[in-house]
Amino acid sequence: MNHPAVELCNLSHLYPDGTVALRDISFTVSQGESVAIIGANGAGKSTLLLHLNGVLATTGGEVRINGVQLAKGTLPYVRRSVGMVFQEPDDQLFMPTVHDDVAFGPLNLGLTGRELERRVQESLHRVGIAHLRGKAPYNLSGGEKKRAAIATVLAMAPEILVMDEPTSGLDPHARRQLVGLLREFPHTRIFTSHDLDMVLELCPRTIVLHEGVVAADGPTEGIFRDDDLLARCRLEKPFSMQGCPVCGKINQRQGDMDQI
Amino acid sequence: MKIASIHGALLDFRRMELLAGGGTALHRLDPRAKLLVTLFFIGTVVSYGKYAVTGMIPLVIFPVVMASLGELPPGYIARKIALLSPFALVVGLFNPLFDRTVLIHLGPLGISGGWISFSSILIRSILTVGAATILVALTGFPAICRALEQLGTPRLLTVQLSFLHRYLFVLIEEGGRLSRGRELRAFGNRGLGIGSFAPLIGNLLLRTWGRAERIHAAMLARGFTGEFHLRRESRFGGRELLFTVGWSIAFVALRFWNLPQLLGRVVTGITS
Repeated sequence: MNHPAVELCNLSHLYPDGTVALRDISFTVSQGESVAIIGANGAGKSTLLLHLNGVLATTGGEVRINGVQLAKGTLPYVRRSVGMVFQEPDDQLFMPTVHDDVAFGPLNLGLTGRELERRVQESLHRVGIAHLRGKAPYNLSGGEKKRAAIATVLAMAPEILVMDEPTSGLDPHARRQLVGLLREFPHTRIFTSHDLDMVLELCPRTIVLHEGVVAADGPTEGIFRDDDLLARCRLEKPFSMQGCPVCGKINQRQGDMDQI
Repeated sequence: MKIASIHGALLDFRRMELLAGGGTALHRLDPRAKLLVTLFFIGTVVSYGKYAVTGMIPLVIFPVVMASLGELPPGYIARKIALLSPFALVVGLFNPLFDRTVLIHLGPLGISGGWISFSSILIRSILTVGAATILVALTGFPAICRALEQLGTPRLLTVQLSFLHRYLFVLIEEGGRLSRGRELRAFGNRGLGIGSFAPLIGNLLLRTWGRAERIHAAMLARGFTGEFHLRRESRFGGRELLFTVGWSIAFVALRFWNLPQLLGRVVTGITS
């Protein structure tokens, strides 16, 4: 019964123009796990995410969500289970008001009346933007838009949350708030990000993609200490693991890790 | 300013959607009733003869009553009508040139049939565009599509209409950005001239295409299956029936009795 939340077996994707975006990707994500997928631009991160709820169809291999193989017939189940927050909130918010946008998913699931309202209110409260419900999404700030986009997905009560670059384009305060929010979610979480400090804070496990293949998969801290791997995959250590730019001192956490 | 105008147009469009979220009795009315009455109104306006002018004036009561009961800002509606009136002007432009038969004498001044039919076209366009604008502002485009579907329009068509509406926003947004990029590097001297527009338009198509696909992906991710569900449940009840029948009778009455003429006769005592 206890299936992994996400299971990829030899997943490959070939774009119609001949670009091989993913090659033989295999990994599993357990229930409740929080995993980061990192890699340079064009490594295949976004393409990989779009496979998790069937927006892109595989050209090889298979995807299983909670043990259910992704296929045309299982799409509704998969889309209900996997909530996807896109990188650009403007692509996610398309209804006239925040309330309508959050209600869009539950309405498609067939909810109406009081149950619908309850879901919408709960999701808006969860991300702290209940006061914005009557506003038009295009009038919100970047941080508010991001929260609204997350609320639209939470309203569908997914078991797995998939987020593409959740902290991109946010100011430091909004970023801090969002990281705090994401930490509290009980869902199975999969993030892609270039914000490696966020990855270090939220994800005990990291998968590194490089030119469409898995270059590494393991504990986050171990991966960030592997200088060769990072250099080969065009990545850098998170700022919190680099020395102080003024005095050159390495912070406590990194010092502790080096002693291990 | 071009930039301001494209982004302004977008805000204007979105304002229409927000107006539709109002809470007046007219907003709460079933979209089908509003749609039917508006269609009947437009049919009535179109059915008038070529030279009808005064007969149509009393029909103004419909848009005026709807806009005021629906608490719509009159200036906004007027601007929307003004935006489309150039099309009517073009349609009627040549009437005064071709049709020079004098139909009305106002003292020494003779007014030709061309001018009368030109005014007639203008009044028609104001009435019909006004009514349609008010319908959208009171109902919202998605609800109108839903009403069309309930009234028997094929679903394929109504979904297409809904997407067209969504795509319009995307198109204007992307167009605004492109135009801003172009203007910022044109330094006020008309940029690269008309030649730069061709790649600009091609670019616009590809960009909006990409964006529309991403929005579609977001919709699919949230369980969209080709049908727009609406939050506001509605039903065609007694109020809707009263609204539809009431206005229909009023339109028929106004169509067959020329109210201004009757009034004129009463005032001048000819009726006795």
